[in-house]
Amino acid sequence: MKRFLIPLGLFLVLVVFLAIGLNRDPHEVPSPLVGKPAPAFTLEKLAEPGKTFSPADMQGQVWLLNVWASWCVSCRAEHPLLVAFSRQGGLPIVGLNYKEVRGDGGIDAKKLSPADEASLTRQRAGAWLSQHGDPYTLSVLDMDGRVGIDYGVYGVPETYLIDKKGVIRFKQIGPITPDALEKKILPLARQLAAES
Amino acid sequence: MKALRRTLTTCATALLLGPLSLSAHAGEATPMADNPVVEARLIAISEELRCLVCQNESLAGSRAELAEDLRREVRKLIQDGKSDTEIKDYLVARYGDFVLYRPPVKPTTWLLWFGPFALLAGAVAGLVAYLRRRASRVQPAHLSAADKASAEALLADTPPRPKDPA
Repeated sequence: MKRFLIPLGLFLVLVVFLAIGLNRDPHEVPSPLVGKPAPAFTLEKLAEPGKTFSPADMQGQVWLLNVWASWCVSCRAEHPLLVAFSRQGGLPIVGLNYKEVRGDGGIDAKKLSPADEASLTRQRAGAWLSQHGDPYTLSVLDMDGRVGIDYGVYGVPETYLIDKKGVIRFKQIGPITPDALEKKILPLARQLAAES
Repeated sequence: MKALRRTLTTCATALLLGPLSLSAHAGEATPMADNPVVEARLIAISEELRCLVCQNESLAGSRAELAEDLRREVRKLIQDGKSDTEIKDYLVARYGDFVLYRPPVKPTTWLLWFGPFALLAGAVAGLVAYLRRRASRVQPAHLSAADKASAEALLADTPPRPKDPA
């Protein structure tokens, strides 16, 4: 009998390892930025051309940085949740509009002048927000995706929870699910709001 | 879903077209390609880095848009005179160790690096222990004088085997 117990045990260990492997999403790469200060940037606001925003402006608040684009289908799936969340006055959400024009495969952005790209970006992003609702305190424009690289963005939507000192405390890769909001983001945000 | 499908299509196209698309792409995406030394280093470095969108492709071979952006960044860092290590550190700081095809040796990757050897050592130790135990279990056979005599008689009765034709 004992003869069979050892292979059985080994087999069960293997099954456990395989089960863990199968249930992990390989597209969710843990971000090295969690626990580090949110990278600084200065980008133009969507609603107020010429005016800029920096993460330092949010010092002292717990806030979300949500990376979005109008061409991003998962963003549309996530959007109603963000709109509902902002109506409840949960947390300030800053939108990082990521490569609005360049990210859209249907447009050859290389043929556009910077000014044309900026106005097309504003037009597309603004239209999308008026159609689907605007949950953002403000949105900023990352037209070439440089800021996205600093934040390690590799698949929109992505959302960062940033604490009062400007440190990234959590990163959601892919759309925020009601489950992730209730079980991870909100409890952590409450805890962070209590920190001085 | 659309983005995913597009990514898959790009990955598939890149795979199908293979080196052809790679060389065509290198020509198309390098407006600053006047310096072949920079391009050679760019390829050497980005072969070692993973594209996060097409996860089983290197940054050098991927046609994903993010890969294009990252190659642009790497090219700029090369032109700024950064060393290979500095460039890799730049990407690791943003995307984590996952971008490296060769994971670094550090406490969290010890299991990855040394696990297989530990497993092999364990298996060898188990085999040795098993063989020793088995050797001690086998009792040497004792032949009584009568048994030996009857065995010899049987052998004497048996006609010798014909030799093999070979």
